[in-house]
Amino acid sequence: MTAPLLELSGLTVDVATEDGGSRTLLDGVDLSLAPGEALGLVGESGSGKSMTMRAVTRLLPRAASASGSIRFEGADVLGMNAGELRRYRDGGVGLVFQDPRAHINPTRRIGAFLTEALVRNRGVGRREALARAAAVLAEVGIDDPQRRLGQYPHEVSGGMLQRVMIASVLLAEPRLILADEPTTALDVTIQREVVAILDRLRRERGMGMVFITHDLDLALAVCGRVAVMYAGRIVELRSADTLHERAAHPYTLGLLGSRPSIDARAERLSAIPGRPVSAFESGPGCAFAPRCSFATAGCESEPPAPTEFDGGLVRCARVEEIHAARMEAKA
Amino acid sequence: MNRTKHLWKRLNTTLGRSGMLSAAFLAVVLLAAILAPLVAPADPNQSSLLDAYAGPSGAHLLGADGIGRDLLSRLIFGARTSLLGPALVVGVSLLLGIPLALLASWYGGWVDGVIARVFDLVYALPGLLLAVLTVALFGPGLTPAVVALSIAYIPFLARIVRAAARQQRVSPYVDALAVQGFGVLRITVRHILRNIVPVVVGQAAIAFGYALLDLASLSYLGLAVQAPTADWGVMVSDSDALLKGYWFQVLAPGLLIVLTVLALTVLGARISGEKPPGYLRRKRPAQTAAPADASGNDRTTVGAAA
Repeated sequence: MTAPLLELSGLTVDVATEDGGSRTLLDGVDLSLAPGEALGLVGESGSGKSMTMRAVTRLLPRAASASGSIRFEGADVLGMNAGELRRYRDGGVGLVFQDPRAHINPTRRIGAFLTEALVRNRGVGRREALARAAAVLAEVGIDDPQRRLGQYPHEVSGGMLQRVMIASVLLAEPRLILADEPTTALDVTIQREVVAILDRLRRERGMGMVFITHDLDLALAVCGRVAVMYAGRIVELRSADTLHERAAHPYTLGLLGSRPSIDARAERLSAIPGRPVSAFESGPGCAFAPRCSFATAGCESEPPAPTEFDGGLVRCARVEEIHAARMEAKA
Repeated sequence: MNRTKHLWKRLNTTLGRSGMLSAAFLAVVLLAAILAPLVAPADPNQSSLLDAYAGPSGAHLLGADGIGRDLLSRLIFGARTSLLGPALVVGVSLLLGIPLALLASWYGGWVDGVIARVFDLVYALPGLLLAVLTVALFGPGLTPAVVALSIAYIPFLARIVRAAARQQRVSPYVDALAVQGFGVLRITVRHILRNIVPVVVGQAAIAFGYALLDLASLSYLGLAVQAPTADWGVMVSDSDALLKGYWFQVLAPGLLIVLTVLALTVLGARISGEKPPGYLRRKRPAQTAAPADASGNDRTTVGAAA
């Protein structure tokens, strides 16, 4: 096996609270990504998906502190000094943000936004940088790129701006793309196009990608493996093609069960009872236990360890019993 | 041609009527100051005792002062010294204040705490008092007064810059820039500072007005610009003329000070995006407005017609 592109081990993020205490947002996240691989990070709001991404890029809020280790091509990200961090951010990782309109300086033209990094960090000439920007804009499916370069962000639509954002990441040619809910701010038809573009160009360039979303099916469509997060922990990790059949964690099963189906009509969609909790709200045991229909007293007190199960990694103490029960019910 | 027209229209909507009027007045004053040797009818320091307190005439358009110097020429040359001082004060204050404000807003935490408290401390000191103290130490003159006021004006400008920059600092685009591998200097100067330019320029204009008033006060007291030099503040202090009943000698420079400060304050407020008070806002022409013009405010027009 090749050396991993990105490796998180025991990544924990605590945030200091006003009253001097601290709250855990991420609790021991282990993850490994091979070069050129796409991994989906799925979970509800507050499950720690974005926090993971922020930790990887060292964009944590001032009050937060990360422990554990983040290794990018073997280099310790948390220990980088300012210069190393800038080089790592410049060519190592690229970030596609959820809301392009908020993440692009509104007072500068798209051309300036796309070329600034090339000109400043790579020493590319302005003319050459503009030519490259126009070429990549065409690649992400934008008509008349020359005109777009001279426009301001407010002059183009949200879908187009997200393509501009993707173009900016592609221009930097990073080895790892972090896409943080890149399509949440877009409507469904545009969503499909943007995801397809991201997926195709990433494959062509052999870039690794962590695709963060709360849409399980979207993650399954573009990623080789999917990690499901709950309350700051990864509860299930398995390959995308087998997740449908082999999902073993009760939370993943709940997510799969709560999707609307095209061919079956239902009075109500099934839902996971209760509300999602953050890592710091959960008790000593399994964070999902209060909402889990399989939970026992033991689940509430003893935190489950990640175990190998049916070709994936599952963090559930009763995974085998649950699996057996489901097989029995099916038979 | 079309471009100039477009630019003019935008300027008009940004500044409004009061702002445009202020800008026009300031432009005239500034031009007169720059072109003083060309536009002044006479040497401002050339006295001729025969013309002492001469009334307005062909030779002296606004009359002459107590030792026969041409009043109009003295007002025009006076604009030079009167504008130079505040320009220096604002320039130096910005040069020192902006880096401090950006530093505070970027790093936050204790850095921000220390810088902000120092600003508050200096802000509490009246600029005039500081200037008087400096003059007491170093002797009267424009330089010590300007130095003292420059320091006193730092918080007036930098507090606003800090507040505006803090707002930008937490905008998502700043994070996005950091992830692209840009350093602190690049982000703060080329992005954050650039985005708050209107606020800085607006506040600088207002500070300019106040500094002009302060320096005129100091010159009036004989602490800054010294007597034979033409300066509005010095000219206002011509009590001899006032006692003899030649009030216009004193009123004219005083009026110029008031109008200039007023124009700067209005312009500054408009540039930084403040709405003018209601009594300065243009009333909508009743029903004669062209349809294109009225489109922005259809409902009120309809309401007024009903």
